[in-house]
Amino acid sequence: MTEEAVVPALEMRHISKTFPGVRALDDVSLTVMLGEVHALLGENGAGKSTLMKILAGAHPKDTGEILLNGKPVHIDSPQSAMELGISIIYQEFNLVPYLNAAENIFLGREPRAKIPSFVDFRKMYADAQAIIDRLGVKLNVRTPVNRLSVAQQQMVEIAKATSRKSRVIVMDEPSATLTEHELASLFTLIRQLQSEGVSIVYISHRLEEVFEIANRVTILRDGRWVATEKVADLDRDQIIRYMVGRELKDIIPKAPAAVKEPALRVVHLNRTGVLHDINLTVHCGEVLGLAGLVGAGRTEVARAIFGADPIDSGRIELFGKPVRIHSPESAIRHGIGLITEDRKAQGLILGMAVRENTTLANLAALSRFGFVCRAKEREAATKYVKDLRVRTPTIEQAVQNLSGGNQQKVVLAKWLFTKSKILLFDEPTRGIDVGAKTEIYQLINQLAAEGVAIIMISSELPEILGMSDRILVMHEGRIAGELSRAEATQEKIMHLATGGE
Amino acid sequence: MKERILRVLTDYGIVLMLIVLVVYFTISTPNHIFITPLNLINITHQIAINTILGIGMTFVIITAGIDLSVGSVLAYCGLVAADMVKHGLHIGGVTILPNTPVPLAVLEGLLGALVVGGFIGSLNGVVITKFKVNPFIATLAAMTIVRGFAFIYNNSYPISNLPNSFDKLGGGVGGRFMHIPYPVWVALLLVVISHFVLSRTRFGRQVYAVGGNEEASRLSGVNTNRVKLMVYIIMGVLAGLAGVLQAADVSSADPQAGLMYELNAIAAVVLGGSSLMGGRGTILGTLLGALVIGVLNNGLIMLGISDFYQQVWRGVVILFAVLLDQAKIALLARQRRVAE
Repeated sequence: MTEEAVVPALEMRHISKTFPGVRALDDVSLTVMLGEVHALLGENGAGKSTLMKILAGAHPKDTGEILLNGKPVHIDSPQSAMELGISIIYQEFNLVPYLNAAENIFLGREPRAKIPSFVDFRKMYADAQAIIDRLGVKLNVRTPVNRLSVAQQQMVEIAKATSRKSRVIVMDEPSATLTEHELASLFTLIRQLQSEGVSIVYISHRLEEVFEIANRVTILRDGRWVATEKVADLDRDQIIRYMVGRELKDIIPKAPAAVKEPALRVVHLNRTGVLHDINLTVHCGEVLGLAGLVGAGRTEVARAIFGADPIDSGRIELFGKPVRIHSPESAIRHGIGLITEDRKAQGLILGMAVRENTTLANLAALSRFGFVCRAKEREAATKYVKDLRVRTPTIEQAVQNLSGGNQQKVVLAKWLFTKSKILLFDEPTRGIDVGAKTEIYQLINQLAAEGVAIIMISSELPEILGMSDRILVMHEGRIAGELSRAEATQEKIMHLATGGE
Repeated sequence: MKERILRVLTDYGIVLMLIVLVVYFTISTPNHIFITPLNLINITHQIAINTILGIGMTFVIITAGIDLSVGSVLAYCGLVAADMVKHGLHIGGVTILPNTPVPLAVLEGLLGALVVGGFIGSLNGVVITKFKVNPFIATLAAMTIVRGFAFIYNNSYPISNLPNSFDKLGGGVGGRFMHIPYPVWVALLLVVISHFVLSRTRFGRQVYAVGGNEEASRLSGVNTNRVKLMVYIIMGVLAGLAGVLQAADVSSADPQAGLMYELNAIAAVVLGGSSLMGGRGTILGTLLGALVIGVLNNGLIMLGISDFYQQVWRGVVILFAVLLDQAKIALLARQRRVAE
């Protein structure tokens, strides 16, 4: 980069952050100029959110420093970030639904009336309306926030940020829920803020937007800084190449599947507003990769197959026979297992022991007259702890005391114990360390070799490419395309996933 | 060392509390009458009903639910039982078995109460699972509705003059086996059965699982709605049983019976180490909790402490037990951090 004469509005230098078992950020730097729209790009898990949470004071950094207008600052809480003029607009808004727009904008800083502890509502509404009008938004500030559209709520968030005289505004996937028209007005607003000297960090998966609105772009991968360049100097393919980097194909040894008979067939599956005409087949011994961006409907496909969410139309066939699956209970009876994306909220009973979690989905196999045979249960749990090399002092340890990787192994143990013939893996290696990842890859390969049909959802492209025999790419609730193992590349997947033709 | 003391205190808090209370009351009551066999039997008699309700409440609370309707159900089922004992088996004015001989009539009354109690429990369960109403609100509504029906049942009059063989169920004269009142035997039997159900059966495991993480349980194939429905039915049946024992004990089924009993049952459960957040609790803990409450009530009366101060002490003990439990949770969390 050329010598910068002006002092940057925001500088994050050599930031590192480690979570138990995971190095989330490794020496990452980010420089944002005054009045610049700076795009922050990277795959899921690249470290974007962690970096922004550190900026917002939500996570403490391990090492590194943050400078505002050239001066080092100390951010140790969301409060202090706010006072320094840093605002973050998350995907889930921080608005109080039953308060109106003005009350939300001035929440905690309401203008005071002459009588102590009363609010000067007239001034508050006038000020709020002035801010909203200046942003060029059509909105009555007396409307309760829960009656505003998502786009309008976003505008209220931005108004809240500007009313605090924020100098740096971070927008995390602001376009995810907007229509094209709304997106256009968001861009108008961003340009106006820009002209007022506000710096914007813009996080998005949609590259077209980046080309339209951003001046420069910083790309992260696996928690490391990869590149910072002017958007004008880059094209789409280059950005994708920066984002995806290394190939995992060589790391995970993969025997091509001896594809046998179809195990699971999904035909014309629909769930209004979520899934549109999903058709897929997975064969015994095959790993079918399901790729796509967050929110593309991959998890929803798995949940629909598993009976966790109701479907509106479509049918499911198992080994050639149509079946009706209306609950997870019946899915499990039919030999289907779901390894959920969020193991703490959906995969495990955290307060229960390794033993109890391992056997929960198949207690019937251990029971006689409704009583659980303790000896058999201990035997089963011990076997899986040994087979999967779960690092735990005893099978009586509560799973909340295990590391992420070992927790995930307990989830896997639960499904292995059900002897499922079809396994749906939703982000099976999220948030676990590299060693445990490799073990889970080996296990998936081994299961496939034993004839289990596997659908694997993953946002990590190298993982999808390395593990899958075939890949379906989803985009906005539809299957956007299918790629064979031979033809699949990260670029092609990204192309389909971002809505390219 | 400090940690060791805290550890013992938190692990065995309720047992220690019971021992301290027993020792204190033994020393301080005149002629040590607290510790006489007669008084100890009295205490068990006094806590039998709360223990029975506490057992049901333990199931409910482990699933992260609550049942505020048990006191009302107890009153209503007592009336149903007394009515059937006196007037034979009948439903809505249609007599099915009139003028049955007394021993059989007592059985009819007992079964009638259990069925009605279970039915009300199932209504609670359906409202909570199918209509997704918060258990606190659903059973709060049931509490006043059922209480209302209890008053309507006999125009707000109690049903009295019950046959002797019915009264024996309450553990009064002739209602004892090996000097121990029948309700105590019933409570003991239920403690043993429910302990095994919770700790050894598939259903028991599912009760804990639902309370620990309902969504994860559902995705592991647990029929979470059925489990929740079942615990409210169990609670209802036990409240019905308690209603019979209570009516028999005082030889009168009173629509005002069982006021605040739900709170005593909840207190016993919480004292016994169950978490209102669900997933944690034991029957033995609840038994200990009921014992602590019983010993405290009895001892304070023996010492001649006024009713008002009794209430204060009861509250203090509950608060103390819960604070101990909080300390235990904090201790466990710290150990976890150290382990990491």
